[in-house]
Amino acid sequence: MSSREQILGRVRRALADVPRDGAPDGPDGPKKSDGPNRSDGSHGPGQVAGYEEAVAREYLREHGERSAAQTAELLAENLADYRALVHRCTEDELPSLIGRLFADHGTRTVLAPAGLDPAWLSATDVERVEDRAESTAHELDGVDSVVTACAVAIAETGTIVLDGGPDQGRRRITLVPDHHVCVVRVPGQVVSSVPQALERLDPARPLTWISGPSATSDIELDRVEGVHGPRTLEVVLVD
Amino acid sequence: MSGTFVGMPAFPKAAQEAVGNPTLRANLRHATHTIRAKRAAAVAEVSDWAALREAGKQIKDHTLRHLDRYLVQLEESVTAAGGTVHWAADADEANRIVTRLVKETGESEVVKVKSMATQEIGLNEALEAEGIRAYETDLAELIVQLGKDRPSHILVPAIHRNRGEIRDIFAAEMSEWGRPAPEGLTDTPAELAEAARLHLREKFLRARVGVSGANFMVAETGTLVVVESEGNGRMCLTLPETLISVVGIEKIVPTWRDLEVFLQTLPRSSTAERMNPYTSTWTGTTDGDGPRTFHLVLLDNGRTDTLADEVGRQALRCIRCSACLNVCPVYERAGGHAYGSVYPGPIGAILSPQLRGTGSEIDASLPYASSLCGACYEVCPVAIDIPEVLVHLRERVVQGGPVTLEGNRTVLKPAKGHAAERAAMRAARWAFARPGALRAGQRLASRTRRLHPRTLPGPGRAWSGSRDLPPVPAEPFRDWWQRTNGGDAGEGRAK
Repeated sequence: MSSREQILGRVRRALADVPRDGAPDGPDGPKKSDGPNRSDGSHGPGQVAGYEEAVAREYLREHGERSAAQTAELLAENLADYRALVHRCTEDELPSLIGRLFADHGTRTVLAPAGLDPAWLSATDVERVEDRAESTAHELDGVDSVVTACAVAIAETGTIVLDGGPDQGRRRITLVPDHHVCVVRVPGQVVSSVPQALERLDPARPLTWISGPSATSDIELDRVEGVHGPRTLEVVLVD
Repeated sequence: MSGTFVGMPAFPKAAQEAVGNPTLRANLRHATHTIRAKRAAAVAEVSDWAALREAGKQIKDHTLRHLDRYLVQLEESVTAAGGTVHWAADADEANRIVTRLVKETGESEVVKVKSMATQEIGLNEALEAEGIRAYETDLAELIVQLGKDRPSHILVPAIHRNRGEIRDIFAAEMSEWGRPAPEGLTDTPAELAEAARLHLREKFLRARVGVSGANFMVAETGTLVVVESEGNGRMCLTLPETLISVVGIEKIVPTWRDLEVFLQTLPRSSTAERMNPYTSTWTGTTDGDGPRTFHLVLLDNGRTDTLADEVGRQALRCIRCSACLNVCPVYERAGGHAYGSVYPGPIGAILSPQLRGTGSEIDASLPYASSLCGACYEVCPVAIDIPEVLVHLRERVVQGGPVTLEGNRTVLKPAKGHAAERAAMRAARWAFARPGALRAGQRLASRTRRLHPRTLPGPGRAWSGSRDLPPVPAEPFRDWWQRTNGGDAGEGRAK
């Protein structure tokens, strides 16, 4: 017998006390599922029928009522609380702001994903390094800064989420260089809460959720920013 | 579970040693009190905590009650996304699978993200025996590995070490494993973190195989989730060409949407943050981004035995946040090593004896490693009633009863050594019912107090072996009451 069969068999025997008629938990109720109920009582592939009723989701979709402006403000506050450097500007000011951030950081080379809006780098003369599949991690390690867009940002937790889209690039480009500049469009890319963010994201893509720069609390639970990821995270909120 | 902790003394003895170590107690007290206060503040920020906790409990319970269905669904979706799924009934099988997969890549070293499951099965030791070196890359795990030590906390494995000890370990040991610690390293956390960054970066950049666990697996989509802070997780999950994840079968959630519950409760419960710095999710492999090969090893190793226990199975809801450790008065004083398992604290006291059975001395003692104060239940984000399971397991140890071991139903005999306890209780009942005898006994005890041994003789030795005997007072309380003014009011009755 394969280990697969052995484990599944043990699970089934372990659950001898649980009704196996396909009802989720408790008495049969109206069932909604991704597959129709079959006459033999079994269900199509996919989750157990009736899952939507099986869990009481009485928690909130977001915490408190805020205007779009207040949500952006909360995002800025929570990002800053975890030591991200937050900047705000208009679309027109963005290229010069990015240029200034590179100058302040002493950046000479910058990684930019292929789909990045070229205008963002129009006011700087730092050398641009392409995000190529064949470049090695060692090459990336020699790059000063990286600039990307994001997929969504979560105000309540101070989180930006990257989904590997053309303007965000491969996961490693926002990991190996020490300085990450991330541009968030306000209000379009900003949501209040974790539930609202998950709705917008595609699980098939590799996702990276970033809340402040890399940090550790492993030494006497003292928080230290900067271990392995970028030690400086700058988030630009573009109105 | 792993052989790492075999030969550990039972909890009372190990705890007694730990309690006598003032540095350890100070380190633990500082750390647990710090995180306790922070966690309470982080939880107080969300007004719907109780509803999130209830939803988390229900999602996990539902999943466990239909675990076979969700395991099959997960296997299908991971496979469809380009991953390969392996099934491991026990630690040995999991280690054999991982070793074989690493060997097939031709590599002799791997980088590892902190993972309780691989600690549990003793993967590093198994790889070492086959000539494969596993580098732990979480800062705390690095401290433990370099210090040839064992982890003592789920979230902060080096919680028992202070900055001075960490500095000394880095200065002495880093050169053995790769890049040495910088000259003149001081004990500031920032400098220590920088030393770890430099030491590990050379390993990340050359690594071709990464090994991880996962916090969650989504059956519906085949997505795995790793929650971390330092970025070492991102390094291990994305830079190597091959990624091998070893994950307990209980880590499933049915749907993508379910993550909305746990991504709110886990960070606040564990590190007391609104959100941890980094969360990575991946679904199989992605062309041109991250590992080209992904293996998922689904681990049983006692989980199905735990599932068979109707009271104890709730331990499988655990999301390894470690909040219960930080509030536990017993953990705070005894430390994690005393529990003799990779899962210390209250959750360890119920999880380890279920995963491993109660056959060994340490496992039979773990259900007693608690004051049953209930603080662990209060903070648990998935509402595991740890005290209920502790009492249930105590009953199993003392009285025996039906259990499932390695998939087979069997009947456990009562453990030895509880006869003395029953005899002592009978003697106490007799004395308390006879005031004259009690008074005479107390007076005798006081007058002979200088002659008393420091430990109890006979069967009482087990009790006094791990406890300080309270000194007998020079005079029984009732005599003192008579002699002093306090006796006035009750004089008539006392005579």
